[in-house]
Amino acid sequence: MSVKEENKNPAETAVKEKKQVAAKLIPVYIMGKRYEVPEGLTIMKAMEYAGYKFVRGCGCRGGTCGACGTVYRKPGDYKLQVALACQKTVEPDMYMAQIPFFPVNRAQYEFADLTSAPEEVFKLYPELFRCVACNACTKACPQGVEVMDAIAALKQGNIAEAARLSFDCIQCGLCASRCFGELAQYHMIQLARRIYGAKILPRAEHLAEMVGTINEGRYDQILEELKHVKEDELKKLYQEREAEPMVAGEDWKPKDTRYL
Amino acid sequence: MSLAYYPGCTLKTKARNLEEPGIASLEVLGFKLEEIPRWNCCGAVYSLAEDDLIHQVAPIRNLIRVKEQGKDKLATLCAFCFNTLKRANLLMRENAEKRNTLNSFMDEEIDYGGEVKVVHLLEVLRDEIGWEVLAQKVKLPLRELKIAPYYGCTLLRPREIAIDSVENPTILREFLEALGASPVDFPESTRCCGSYQIISNPDDISEYARDILNSALSHGAEALVLTCPLCDYNLGRGQKELIKKHNEFKEMPLFYFTQLLALALGLDSQVCHFELNYGSPESLLREKDLLS
Repeated sequence: MSVKEENKNPAETAVKEKKQVAAKLIPVYIMGKRYEVPEGLTIMKAMEYAGYKFVRGCGCRGGTCGACGTVYRKPGDYKLQVALACQKTVEPDMYMAQIPFFPVNRAQYEFADLTSAPEEVFKLYPELFRCVACNACTKACPQGVEVMDAIAALKQGNIAEAARLSFDCIQCGLCASRCFGELAQYHMIQLARRIYGAKILPRAEHLAEMVGTINEGRYDQILEELKHVKEDELKKLYQEREAEPMVAGEDWKPKDTRYL
Repeated sequence: MSLAYYPGCTLKTKARNLEEPGIASLEVLGFKLEEIPRWNCCGAVYSLAEDDLIHQVAPIRNLIRVKEQGKDKLATLCAFCFNTLKRANLLMRENAEKRNTLNSFMDEEIDYGGEVKVVHLLEVLRDEIGWEVLAQKVKLPLRELKIAPYYGCTLLRPREIAIDSVENPTILREFLEALGASPVDFPESTRCCGSYQIISNPDDISEYARDILNSALSHGAEALVLTCPLCDYNLGRGQKELIKKHNEFKEMPLFYFTQLLALALGLDSQVCHFELNYGSPESLLREKDLLS
């Protein structure tokens, strides 16, 4: 493929690719307008195929950033469905719209000043208690998080449980877009995970010890020496280093134990 | 014997002194309270608006969790949760049209028709264990402890869900007698504590509380026994202020019924979490040699 061809717009390139593989075209409706797109494309790629260009609201394209929340319905089904546009492949007759951003209330706080008391969350997000357990948030989660249960856990003051239940949240905000009580669930449960991680989980003592050892200068000399090694010598050192075998017991140690 | 159990949010935060002694005591009496999975807020206040079905969703979801477990009975400890859950349950039993709307709204859940029976822990003590058996299990009779039963509203009103006579309830008196305490009847026993009026009229509710507490005092009570965290809040929170305002006002310790139960059954007083009580319940107990 020539450089010139590579610079063509994505839709045209996709058309060409489509011809090459002769993919079947299926109808989808993007914001109400019908397009024929090759089956097997993700929603995001199908939209690009149809001529849309994502300047924002596309994010990582890997299912982890939460920027491409999509809502859709199929004809004859009253159920609203949700997906991440970069993950879900198109289906015939999807009616879809992007919700890359939804305005919500995000509390301002100085994290260092917070304690792990549930009342901290209650104070920052008093609207928590507007939840009526309608469960629309859980239904709107493309990650399968039990959002309503996580919110219930917060109301019960169980920050650890809220953090556990919301582990897979990627902050796409679709929960908040559907909330009857106008809660920003994803910010509340993020606060829960932050408090849990920083103020409830026990500190890793061995990590603190290791940081102490490093700060005491145990590795300063060897690092300084490595800085002055020539490139070839550095490669040789790396290639000839003693690596832990693929299968090694708990008590495996290298021959050189000076830096353990 | 295991019993499906609904705690309620307040029992997990402010009112651990209601929950923990209750669970520990029931275990001694042969009942294991098993918290239902994935429970939500009970709804806090039963919605009286006929067409306000959305506020029935939370309590009914909790009842669905019980049915999912294959259980047919749900025990509650918080009087407010009891009220909300039992009334929502009644709605599902008796109103076919609303039942259908609610079931259809919660289409991700199994259908529910009020199959679960909602009971309060006092009913379990009275109807399943019995006062005589309870009295036999008492290790530390609460002798000479003069306690006024305070029912408030939510265990007795409305009539359809009452655990006892609406006008002249005796369940708390019988409970106290089984524990060896001396119950003190007083006319304000079933008066409302002011409930959520505390939010908009805190000063009025303080004065209201003073009437209730003074009445109990004038009938010879040394303390009040309660079943509801909101009664505890309304009657307890303003006492310090009342002492400052009114010379004659005397601080009155408030106990949850489960604390007295645990104490009488000889459980370690730590389980009672007296540190969460208003006033000084421990000094009264020490005075009566009920606490070391």
